[in-house]
Amino acid sequence: MAEFWSGFLLPLIIIVLKILAIVVPLLVGVAYMTYAERKIMGAMQLRQGPSIVGPFGLLQPFADGLKLFSKEHILPAGSNRVLFYMAPMLTFFLALVAWAVIPFDTGMVLADINVGILYLFAISSLGVYGIVVAGWASNSRYAFLGALRSAAQMVSYEVSMGLVIISVLLCVGSLNLTKIVEAQQTIWFAIPLLPMFVIFFISALAETNRSPFDLPEGESELVAGFMVEYSSMPFALFFLGEYANMILMSGMTSILFLGGWLPPLPFAPFTWIPGPIWFALKIALCLFVYVWVRATMPRYRYDQLMRLGWKVFLPFSLVWVVLTAGVLVTFGWLPK
Amino acid sequence: MIIQGIAFYVFAALLVASGVMVISARNPVHSVLYLVLAFFQAAGLCVLLGAEFIAMILVIVYVGAVAVLFLFVVMMLDINFRELRAGAMQYLPLGGLIGVILLAELAAVLGGWIITPAAQKIASAPAAAMGQATNTEQLGQLIYTHYVYLFQASGIVLLIAMIGAIVLTLRSREGVRKQNIGAQLARRREDVVAIRKVPTGEGV
Repeated sequence: MAEFWSGFLLPLIIIVLKILAIVVPLLVGVAYMTYAERKIMGAMQLRQGPSIVGPFGLLQPFADGLKLFSKEHILPAGSNRVLFYMAPMLTFFLALVAWAVIPFDTGMVLADINVGILYLFAISSLGVYGIVVAGWASNSRYAFLGALRSAAQMVSYEVSMGLVIISVLLCVGSLNLTKIVEAQQTIWFAIPLLPMFVIFFISALAETNRSPFDLPEGESELVAGFMVEYSSMPFALFFLGEYANMILMSGMTSILFLGGWLPPLPFAPFTWIPGPIWFALKIALCLFVYVWVRATMPRYRYDQLMRLGWKVFLPFSLVWVVLTAGVLVTFGWLPK
Repeated sequence: MIIQGIAFYVFAALLVASGVMVISARNPVHSVLYLVLAFFQAAGLCVLLGAEFIAMILVIVYVGAVAVLFLFVVMMLDINFRELRAGAMQYLPLGGLIGVILLAELAAVLGGWIITPAAQKIASAPAAAMGQATNTEQLGQLIYTHYVYLFQASGIVLLIAMIGAIVLTLRSREGVRKQNIGAQLARRREDVVAIRKVPTGEGV
């Protein structure tokens, strides 16, 4: 019995507690991300944003959540019941499960696996299933069109994202996320790989279906795209999943290019601030740019989106991978 | 050890079950989704074997790209699958034969290892030489260093297959207007807009 306790039950409880320690702040972050987005966009458009519920409107996300809870949920006629409910759950599940490999500080990671970056890439490439299944299962033209657009868009931008990741991996020599961050002790990869940083950020916008690439839910033509038939909690799950994905993509950007938990300069007073706070600050910076882009840019036309992905980003990142490899070999900078 | 055993049987049972569902599901979209589930179970088995790189690549390539395209096609095409399935039983002998051949080959390999244990060492000889490197590194060494010519040759085969597919499907259709971005950008205001002073009641 004692062996069962120390060998199995105790580690299980510790893992569950660790998962809670990641998921609960993440969900609070998602809630306040919606608040921050509305406030920032309000400021950029000379409005106030939410300001009624609580001081400075700080309780607005919870009011919204309660409202969504109390709504009626509707199953469209002719829809596929199981898949219709599975799609939002899948989206939300994938947005959470990816956080298992994100390192918050040296050794502060739930699962320190050797192929961490591939795991993240795999999970983010699965996000398309939630959307396609939702579009197909709701048995609606708008939803289906949104789903098809999203599938094509996400598959296209994954290709250039993969090449960007390869060029980072060439400089690191490992697929482990902790090693990727530690390789940036001397210089953040955002500086030597600046074009890749920009491409990665734009691809991340496309991957999370954010403006200016929010064609899958383009409200001016498709009403709300793939989630047009959803209401109440299934809709809320899509919403939470989308925002959690944005935070995840910002986390990936800061791990790959902005040095993860490392302070900007390796001496005091920067080193006094603990790593997870630096990491959170970098994520917040990326999220701010997401919102900034949304408030600034008009939506891309669909053919322009495809052209940008396949004819601009893909060749450019391919050339950059070759260039990076060439420079590393020529100057003997290849990591051991 | 017990948990690994349980995990193996769960993955293996789900893999076989979802494989059966792929061919027996009535709705083709469900078939593709079961196929995705099967890929996942296979990836889980790879992780149990310690081949985490293969597992992740399986998920990225097959689930993230190939199965998405399958799903795309199956959703878009309006095929009557009941008609297609009507004659499916006539392929059973051929399919069964292929299955039996694959099973026999696997049995031959595994049987060979059991009869002469020395043979097993030959199979994993290149990997063993690298000691404790991670399996990403080992695969990199094997594919890009030891077997680089074979790797290049398989790449060329794939490239030719891709070109073949494009040649087979590419046709230039008459009367299709395409956007010419160069021409659009080269337009100047002088060429397309003229300002005329039109006297009242006379027209241009």
